Amino acid sequence: MRKILISLAATATFALASSTAFSQGYPERNITMVVPFAAGGPTDTVTRLVAETMSKDLGQQILVENVGGAGGTLGASQVAKADPDGYTLLLHHIGMATSATLYRKLPYDTLNAFEYVGLVTDVPMTIVAKKDFEATDLKGLVEYVKANADKISLANAGIGAASHLCGMLFMNEIKVPLVTVPYKGTGPAMTDLLGGQVDLMCDQTTNTTKQIKGGTIKAYAVTSAKRLDALPDVPTVEEAGLPGMQVGIWHGIYAPKGTPSEVTEKLSASLQKALKDPNIVARFAELGTVPVTDAEATPAGLKSKLESEVTRWKPIIEAAGQYAD
Amino acid sequence: MELFNNLVLGFTTAGAPWNLFFCFIGVILGTLIGVLPGIGATATIAMLLPITFQLEPVSSLIMLAGIYYGAQYGGSTTAILINMPGESSSAVTAIDGYQMARKGRAGAALAIAAIGSFFAGTVSTILVAVFAPPLTAVALKFGSAEYFSLMIVGLVSSIALAHGSVVKALGMVVLGLLLGLVGTDIYTGTPRFNLGILELSDGLNFVAVAVGVFGIAEILRNLENEHDRDVMIKKVTNLWPTKQDWKEMTAPILRGTAIGSALGILPGGGAILASFASYTVEKRMSKTPQEFGKGAVAGVAGPESANNAGAQTSFIPMLTLGIPANPVMALMIGAMIIQGIVPGPNVATEQPALFWGIIASMWIGNLMLILLNLPLIGLWVKLLTIPYYMLFPAIIAFCSIGVYSVNSNVFDLFAVAFFGLIGYVLAKLRCEPAPLLLGFVLGPLLEEHLRRAMIMSRGDATTFVTRPISLTLLLLAAAVLVVVLLPSIRKKRDEVFVED
Repeated sequence: MRKILISLAATATFALASSTAFSQGYPERNITMVVPFAAGGPTDTVTRLVAETMSKDLGQQILVENVGGAGGTLGASQVAKADPDGYTLLLHHIGMATSATLYRKLPYDTLNAFEYVGLVTDVPMTIVAKKDFEATDLKGLVEYVKANADKISLANAGIGAASHLCGMLFMNEIKVPLVTVPYKGTGPAMTDLLGGQVDLMCDQTTNTTKQIKGGTIKAYAVTSAKRLDALPDVPTVEEAGLPGMQVGIWHGIYAPKGTPSEVTEKLSASLQKALKDPNIVARFAELGTVPVTDAEATPAGLKSKLESEVTRWKPIIEAAGQYAD
Repeated sequence: MELFNNLVLGFTTAGAPWNLFFCFIGVILGTLIGVLPGIGATATIAMLLPITFQLEPVSSLIMLAGIYYGAQYGGSTTAILINMPGESSSAVTAIDGYQMARKGRAGAALAIAAIGSFFAGTVSTILVAVFAPPLTAVALKFGSAEYFSLMIVGLVSSIALAHGSVVKALGMVVLGLLLGLVGTDIYTGTPRFNLGILELSDGLNFVAVAVGVFGIAEILRNLENEHDRDVMIKKVTNLWPTKQDWKEMTAPILRGTAIGSALGILPGGGAILASFASYTVEKRMSKTPQEFGKGAVAGVAGPESANNAGAQTSFIPMLTLGIPANPVMALMIGAMIIQGIVPGPNVATEQPALFWGIIASMWIGNLMLILLNLPLIGLWVKLLTIPYYMLFPAIIAFCSIGVYSVNSNVFDLFAVAFFGLIGYVLAKLRCEPAPLLLGFVLGPLLEEHLRRAMIMSRGDATTFVTRPISLTLLLLAAAVLVVVLLPSIRKKRDEVFVED
């Protein structure tokens, strides 16, 4: 018994020593950060900005690899299966939490397949309509939609997209099912909204701010707690009378399960530094978002966000009955 | 006058030595990746995105745009030389361009493609400069019902792509449509025909299918009887278009430019149709339609002009609305956002130097491309004199690298091999790959727009005939169908008479 204890202690000491040595040297080579979406999209942009800034701090290049497909689950499953050595990371958005319900069969276990580095940003959404839509404020919009439910079309950028989630939430809040029109991505959905082919959409500020400012679409509310600097005239959902619509497209950085905590802590510290970089703050502001606080850019911050969001979205998605597989 | 000032601003911006340099880098890179089969502009631009962080926004966008239209030029080079189209637009060029090469006229085919592209590029750049805002307003009138009817026109026209049996061409279109259904139903999220393979959940990769059915199949056929290949090498004669060629290419270039410019403006996939539509028109207008598919000059000149014009005008929705018309545009928007410019309806007024600089650089880039490509023709044609046993492993190796680089996915390589085999079998059955490819590209669009139009009209199918633009397009499709089918009906009648 004693022998076993000693050898256990020895193993533990050895493991500890080796992992300390491991983290001291980390990172010794390039790190790959997987984005589970195509290059050029909003999540890709966030990733590249963060990767670029963290690279300077870590002294090693963080290479961004786009592994798109299947609503982000292909990229996530690739990282879940990667070596837990800190050289493969994942930057994913809210889809990490919603795909746990949207996909009834996933090749990984959302809550147990990853270690956490930290939250990055929380992009608010905007409730928007075509330029000549009748209603003037959110209350009027809800009334109009309720009275004309059979004539209203609600656009989204495809099952699982931010606009799809926000649309489901909207119908859940106003308790009126609408005809939803899915598109392949935000571009075509926005084109039809500009052309007045569809009536409503709820999408990330990343995609809508410029159009709202250009006067090509009408904005009714932002889904953040506070008004946005980029859109000072647009009320929050709370001000406008739909407090349950508070929602954000949050982004987080993950590592495969088993990645040493020294590594995730080091990455988290680097992330916190990067999020204070004036260039990132300025770019995020142009996209209508802000970096998260230090407390959120931690493994614990991301873990609790993911867990609470999986729980929040499960009943909403199940009520809508729209699955991605 | 304002336009003149804007153009001066544009040319001063794009003409700055630094920007000229990046324009040059862009078109060179574009030509290179276009020539390497399988590697597309999308993959290259994605790889180069990090580099653009370090550049001025105007310089980086000028370079990325150069890669985009440079790749269009380069892509037709491989289509003509080795029957290997890397983009849907060059699939059409392969039909007659490769046949010209087989007759020893690769040089002329390449020159015709380059000249047509340059002319189309010049005209469409002017169009972008003068008419961008009003054209955008027209494009926004296109809803799903209109796109559906437009795709019908495209599909009906595609039958004309075949130079053999109409029935077989129809069969190929339908097979292509079915292949296009593989993936995920965008309206319900239900996976279809993916055989439980996760990699198929976003559908088959276009490059894998195109490289397989055209390129790999052609290699297999060439290996089968190698002396075909020797004949082709010995007969390489004139590098430049003859007087007769010039006469034959002028009208198709003009028509191709018009068709491409018009279709490129539509953000919902109009540009895809440009080269196919131009080919159909040329075949119908031709006094010698039997030459099509056997190396007709018009079959290269028209589609090449159309695809380059479409490539240029597809910048319009991006520049005036901030909306990407294709994956390459999406990447360019990504590059702008990283640079701190969020594209939207106000780019032209907020960033006039950027807006007009890009437009001016398009023309400069096209000029560079033709100066670069015409002297290179001799070199490309020399490539054909490399012994085939050395050439084909190299082609296959480059294809594999290219296809892999698009999604970093081994599965796509298996898809290339599989479609190579399919292409070989189809060739043995004398079924042509071009209509299959068009069906494959248009099928998903057709379905998407049909179902979306039906959702919006709450299931009322009359939406297609009560909307004027849609109705016009459907009538056009009907007219095309009659024109396409008439000759074959008449031919049958002739045959009947002969038998009598």
